[in-house]
Amino acid sequence: MNSPLATVSKILTWSCVDGPGNRLVIFLQGCNFACPSCHNPHTIGVCNHCGDCIPACPTDALSLVDGLIVFDADACNSCDACLRACPISASPMTHVYTVEDILALVRSNRIFLNGITVSGGEATLQLKFIIALFSAIKQDPELAGLTCFIDSNGHLGELAWQRVLPVTDGVMLDIKAFDNGTHMALTGRCNRRSLASARSLHAHGKLFELRYLMIPSRTDTDLELDQLAEFASSLDRSLRVRLNAFQHHGVRGEAREWEKMSRAGVEMAAERLRAAGLANVVTPSVWI
Amino acid sequence: MPDGLERLRSIVEDASLSVAQKARQLAIAADDLLAYLPLEAQTQRALDERVICDMYEGHAPYTPRYVLADFSVVLRRGSDHLELLAPTSLADAIHTLMIAYHHVPSVTGMPVYLGQLDELLLPFCDDVGDEELYAEIKRLWRYLDRTLPDAFMHANVGPSDNRVARTILRVDAELKQIAPNLTLLYDPEASGEALLARAIENILECSKPHVANHPLHTAAFDARGYGIVSCYNALPLAGGASTLVRVNLKKVAERSRDAREFLDTILPNYVGLAFDLMQARIDYLFDHSGFFQSFLVEEGWIDRTRFAAMFGVFGMAEAVNTLERKAGRSARYGSNGGADDLGHAISARLAELVAAQPLDNVWRGRAMLHSQAGLSTDSETTPGVRIPYGSEPDPVTHIRALAPHHKYYPSGISEILTLEETVKGNPQAVLQLCKAAFASGFREFTANVANNDLVRVTGYMIRLSDVKRHNELKVSRTNTTALGAEAARLTGILARKPRVVAHELAAGDR
Ligand code: SF4
Ligand code: SF4
Repeated sequence: MNSPLATVSKILTWSCVDGPGNRLVIFLQGCNFACPSCHNPHTIGVCNHCGDCIPACPTDALSLVDGLIVFDADACNSCDACLRACPISASPMTHVYTVEDILALVRSNRIFLNGITVSGGEATLQLKFIIALFSAIKQDPELAGLTCFIDSNGHLGELAWQRVLPVTDGVMLDIKAFDNGTHMALTGRCNRRSLASARSLHAHGKLFELRYLMIPSRTDTDLELDQLAEFASSLDRSLRVRLNAFQHHGVRGEAREWEKMSRAGVEMAAERLRAAGLANVVTPSVWI
Repeated sequence: MPDGLERLRSIVEDASLSVAQKARQLAIAADDLLAYLPLEAQTQRALDERVICDMYEGHAPYTPRYVLADFSVVLRRGSDHLELLAPTSLADAIHTLMIAYHHVPSVTGMPVYLGQLDELLLPFCDDVGDEELYAEIKRLWRYLDRTLPDAFMHANVGPSDNRVARTILRVDAELKQIAPNLTLLYDPEASGEALLARAIENILECSKPHVANHPLHTAAFDARGYGIVSCYNALPLAGGASTLVRVNLKKVAERSRDAREFLDTILPNYVGLAFDLMQARIDYLFDHSGFFQSFLVEEGWIDRTRFAAMFGVFGMAEAVNTLERKAGRSARYGSNGGADDLGHAISARLAELVAAQPLDNVWRGRAMLHSQAGLSTDSETTPGVRIPYGSEPDPVTHIRALAPHHKYYPSGISEILTLEETVKGNPQAVLQLCKAAFASGFREFTANVANNDLVRVTGYMIRLSDVKRHNELKVSRTNTTALGAEAARLTGILARKPRVVAHELAAGDR
């Protein structure tokens, strides 16, 4: 059987913000939304090996070999010039991993971990890999105690969810906006599938957290918040709802001109949601 | 720093010191006016060049560096010397301890060890209700902070999960005081995970307690036990440490051609000189100071055979990087590569040299290796075997890089892990990290949480708000604030990543 491969932009062995406990987080490359507000825009595209980033690199860490981009991690000084040079928001610094590679990494960090999380980009674009990885973890006696989580924008269809849920313990799901026009403007896609995913995941007991990015005058309006409250209440008033605040870190292009979301604004929104009956509203624990 | 009488005057006129702090510093300065102990020329030269260092403990040692009195003695039998009967109630027992603390000196002039408080007080708690216990502990905690305001002063609780330990954790998180410092002795069997989880909640509140790997420490000591004091030093109970002499590994590396010469010749040479200095200081303490003719020995609070000699090292990161550079390599310490292997080899070699050297008037006849946390005046060396500030990897990588060192340092190896503030929303992650650190061989687990006002400078705590006030030339109530302020000024620690620097004592202070 040929084992699926994953294109990975980054792996962390310490994360306390991607689900319960400390988690090994695999950031998969590629996204099906194109949000101007993205804090990691270089994870959106998938490299087509055009070579445009090579001259931008000051340390000759990049080259084309047999038509494919090759990245020399030892030579790289992490200046990110290649990311800015890429015309399609991809990255030449990704790595390809097999399921076995990741399992080896999980094993060597086993005692430090409560679980693993696949994030992105949009993780579910590499669903075959996720299913293979999570299944392998569930079958391995040494690793079976780890919980397996997915961080997703919810655009995945119902049938596909049904294939991955049996080996998934929880999903953190982003809702970008409730007004469909706003959602289209923010992501380039309509929000119907994301909302359907949230309902279905909740019905299967797999919705760990609903995430909502607050962007001033776009998604922080009373109308949006009231719809968020109504939607979350229709699932479960004690559902964990996490408010995130739009900031400029990592953001490129027009969205850099957008106003940042203030702490006071987020706190007010949280109060509004609580007043509407939501019992588990979480706000960022750090403000920069 | 000005010399002689000028130094005395500058202490007298320092508006940022309280009267008691001035009296203490004047005593230290006076001791420094005495001629130093007679040393061999080579030893003296190494000391002058600060390749070896006496921690500025003073020219004529008249008290051991750390004294860990066995307070169960006075609680069981009372004291003839102090005209105290054995206490019979909780209030009496606490009162007896409050008196006892003032009679146990240490290098700071204040007690560094307050005892295994839960074990000491539990026998008096049978008919004491929860609220009364809470009120008593709270009064004790305020008393300690207000009368003995030194963050080197250390209480221990655990390993069992009991009412007194729980109450102390509750009070400590509530009051968020600098003093006393606190260690939980954790044993997965005896403590249970619930107690550790409670301690982690406290860490997220106030960066205390420090957690000690009890099974590992127990194995390094004997049936009479051990205590954790000051900057996370593990030492024999009913004894302590006579002295701490340390070797600056960076300077040793600079004096070596390559790693081979470092390990085979230069390091053993300086280790030998450090032993000479150590023995000279111990001999003076035992033979000339009269310290052991005290009632503490007669009544059995301490035993003169239970004083360790701490052999400290620091600047491991710089030593390794220097030797790598000399070999024409660019590998850096702390990145889980070849440079770390060299670091582990140096620790192994040090342990071998320390085990081979007999010493007189020292517990078990051998020194105990210690990864020394630094002085507030060290500006170009990293404490102990730590990874340099600003280049620390994430906590998991950090622990994995340093774990192999821990088995070589039975008298303590303090690592401060800096955790970003987001962990406050996820205590389970910190719990897992702590358990994994212990399973990897860590002797102790110490964490600072970014943006807590109460943070560690090495093992002792300071309040960032106090440092700010001290720098505006207002008197601080606590001794360690001045040290933290000095460390902050000299090393820019507060401008660094969330980690707060590790510096134990100001040069010239004790
Ligand atoms: S970040 Fe990109 S451009 Fe910069 S050194 Fe690394 S590969 Fe080259
Ligand atoms: S990362 Fe972007 S610029 Fe570089 S080769 Fe791939 S697609 Fe081209």
